[in-house]
Amino acid sequence: MIPVNSVVDEVPARLDPESAEWVRVLAVAGPQREAALTRLHGTLLRIAQREVRRRAPRLQITGPEVEDLAYQAAADALIAITGKLGQFRGDSRFTTWAYKFVIIEVSAKIGRHFWRRPAVPLDAEDWDRLPDRFGFEPARVSEWRDLLAALRRAVDTELTARQREVFVAIVLNDVPLDAVALRLGSNRNAVYKMMFDARRKLRAALAANGYLDHDDSRRS
Amino acid sequence: MNGRPALDRFLQTDPRDVGCAEAMDALAVYVDLVAAGAPAEQRYPGIAAHLRACGPCGEDFEALLAVVRDAGD
Repeated sequence: MIPVNSVVDEVPARLDPESAEWVRVLAVAGPQREAALTRLHGTLLRIAQREVRRRAPRLQITGPEVEDLAYQAAADALIAITGKLGQFRGDSRFTTWAYKFVIIEVSAKIGRHFWRRPAVPLDAEDWDRLPDRFGFEPARVSEWRDLLAALRRAVDTELTARQREVFVAIVLNDVPLDAVALRLGSNRNAVYKMMFDARRKLRAALAANGYLDHDDSRRS
Repeated sequence: MNGRPALDRFLQTDPRDVGCAEAMDALAVYVDLVAAGAPAEQRYPGIAAHLRACGPCGEDFEALLAVVRDAGD
């Protein structure tokens, strides 16, 4: 049984009618709320199943694991939605706000699932993978050898130990960012910031040595 | 050496990039705008920059947008 969120004492005034109805029904204990929770869970589960199945082949998730992940994601999303109902202010539609939780839960659970795979190294360094990672053609190695050697030097000399660890895991070992965050006891935002700073430093170093143009503030 | 543009793009950083936390906080609002055909990128350039650069957040954005569009069909 999911407890009613006692923080929700009134429905925000600017909600669209459908969103207002969701908040009104979910905020008050009773059969209407139970029916709404069942309906919402069913929708969350369908979204989770579709999303896990879409990501599963790339992540080597198969069989009952797909369904398990989807059920866990839907259940945890429902708890998050009811627990945070008082934070919903109607800036978006209620359903979009709610569905975001199940997408986030799927991402988080897939990140955890990644480490169930055998022999995934966090810190092994296979620099031979770098050319393929960015699509450099082996037949034209004479054209890119110096550039990638400069990149490797910059990784060694410009990055902090933590930035280097994250760069190696994500770029060389192809570990998903969420899985790196989990292994480091960190979070997506912090690991992304580390990679952001690492990318900026590496590009500046390559530009300073003439390997790339000086336009690192370019906006796309 | 056709890998140079890919490496260059990977190393590019946009100073407007708001990071994962802020982008995820506003994701539902951003998705509703995109789904409605509103100029979300102009209104939230920092979020747009982040979603272009961050693989995981970009994937979450695309997934949520697909769900919302399917629900609207």
